[in-house]
Amino acid sequence: MNSLAARRAVNWIMTGLCALALAVALVPLVSLLWLVISRGFAGLSWSFFTAIPAPVGETGGGVGNAIAGTLYIVGIACAIGVPLGVGAGVYLAERGDTRLGDAIRFIAEVLSGVPSIVVGIVAYGLVVIPMRRFSALAGGVALAVLMVPTLARSTEELVRLVPHALREASLALGVPQWRTSLRVVLRTALGGIMTAILLSVARASGETAPLLFTSLNNQYWNWRADQPTASLTVQIFNYAVSPYNEWHDKAWTSALILLLLVGSLALAGRLVARRRVR
Amino acid sequence: MQTASEIVTAAREPERAPESAPARVNVPDRVWSGGLLLLGLAVLVVAAIIVAELVHIGGPAILHTGVVAFVRNSVWDVTRDVFGALPFIYGTLVTSAVALVLALPVSVGLALFLTEMAPPSVRSIVSFPISLLAGIPSVVYGLWGLFVLVPLLRRPVEPLLAKTLGFLPLFQGPPIGLGYLAAGIVLAIMILPTITSIAIEVLQTVPGTLREGALALGATRWEAIRVSVLPYARAGIVGATMLGLGRALGETMAVTMVIGNSPTIRASLFSPGYSLPAVIANEFAEASGDLHTGALAALALLLFAVTVVLNIAARLLVRMSRRGPTRVAA
Repeated sequence: MNSLAARRAVNWIMTGLCALALAVALVPLVSLLWLVISRGFAGLSWSFFTAIPAPVGETGGGVGNAIAGTLYIVGIACAIGVPLGVGAGVYLAERGDTRLGDAIRFIAEVLSGVPSIVVGIVAYGLVVIPMRRFSALAGGVALAVLMVPTLARSTEELVRLVPHALREASLALGVPQWRTSLRVVLRTALGGIMTAILLSVARASGETAPLLFTSLNNQYWNWRADQPTASLTVQIFNYAVSPYNEWHDKAWTSALILLLLVGSLALAGRLVARRRVR
Repeated sequence: MQTASEIVTAAREPERAPESAPARVNVPDRVWSGGLLLLGLAVLVVAAIIVAELVHIGGPAILHTGVVAFVRNSVWDVTRDVFGALPFIYGTLVTSAVALVLALPVSVGLALFLTEMAPPSVRSIVSFPISLLAGIPSVVYGLWGLFVLVPLLRRPVEPLLAKTLGFLPLFQGPPIGLGYLAAGIVLAIMILPTITSIAIEVLQTVPGTLREGALALGATRWEAIRVSVLPYARAGIVGATMLGLGRALGETMAVTMVIGNSPTIRASLFSPGYSLPAVIANEFAEASGDLHTGALAALALLLFAVTVVLNIAARLLVRMSRRGPTRVAA
């Protein structure tokens, strides 16, 4: 048997190593945030938000069309994905205590682990091939397919948080099931569902891989759902892998804008959740 | 007699009608139930569509090359219509392995620190940056990897590794920066929050009495963790690792930007390679002809199959560990 001093020493060494793990995990995060802010901030200007990309060699230009494109594509994704995802979540919470419910829940969990690039190919087959062109719609469909399983699972968890007594009280007053679900249970869970939607929108806005061959890219403004559309993420990728230094700077500035967009969506989600608790 | 009983049942029939009458009041309930069921089934429809589209686009190309040849052939030559997936499979496995080796100790250490050692106030402060790490888009990780990590690897990290561990084939060759090692490190950072958060979830289900029992017998805190906490949580941590691995295998943008994009198979971690998602990302939009598109979709099908199997196994492990180790043994 080791001496007590030796065992204590091992205890402190392991505690130290575990604390070190925290430091190791935070180093890349701090480095990344610092670089995005410090290198991205210099390029921020009003025209960067409003102008379309400038050709190589020309100064100025912006990513206005890419910001608009991201919002447009994510908007399409929400129109398709939110009703399906939230609906499936409500089903799992309200009627999901069956074998079918278990199966659906498990499949939703597994689907949330499917790589996003695979989903891009699915949207390509579903929309791009029949339409014979890349389009904002295809990008929206890809993001919607990504949203449905995660949104279903988080919605279910939030609806299940509604106390059972509330439902029972409503049913005891003679309110039919559907009105109880809609007016009592869902209304109580509404704040939570908003949080789930905002978080999944934040995730969708940051996706690149499924957009590469669905919405492709566009150097100009586009508001037609059946045309290729720029997106912030694809624009960052193109700028980053280009051989031009001034484009690298634009990649950092675009990344800063993307982080602000994703961060504010996630923050809004957290605030909604906090207000609900109070 | 028979006719009489028939008459009796026939006579009873009208009496049943009033019993079923209240059902008419429940029509909105039926509609609501039916509508919910349809929405729930949407998840199954999405799953079916994913499988159907992948098989539809990728199937012909696999049959054209043959499944075994497709997976074992190491030549990818688009101009000659030769499609071998081996370099991409190799690159995906190597980068994911590097990522796991780097991320697993840090994640488990971090999870242990936050659940077993740190005071609750630290835990609530730290949980925010960890969730931040999970929320950063992968293209931003790629950007960081390309302009921060890769130059750092080129000099001084890779020359240093070659000098100290250069006797291993893993750490030989010119220090380019772009390559398996860079991709593995970026992946490690990206899967860290995944593994950590699930490991924390699993560790929190370990009953306090187990820990207290060990402590009461005179164990130090680390001994209590080693003897009673970790064995209990083992299945769940393995599950968490598999979920992290699933994420690493399918991660696209960050890997595409730092792996070097060269369809070769090299032993050295310093050399540029390629991965399954990266080749799809680079070539799919400009694929030349149906066979090329199909071959890329076949790669996606392969990736899909592997991640689904991994996810199913991982979810089952995490579920089992939530119920305790006795069920795991059964």
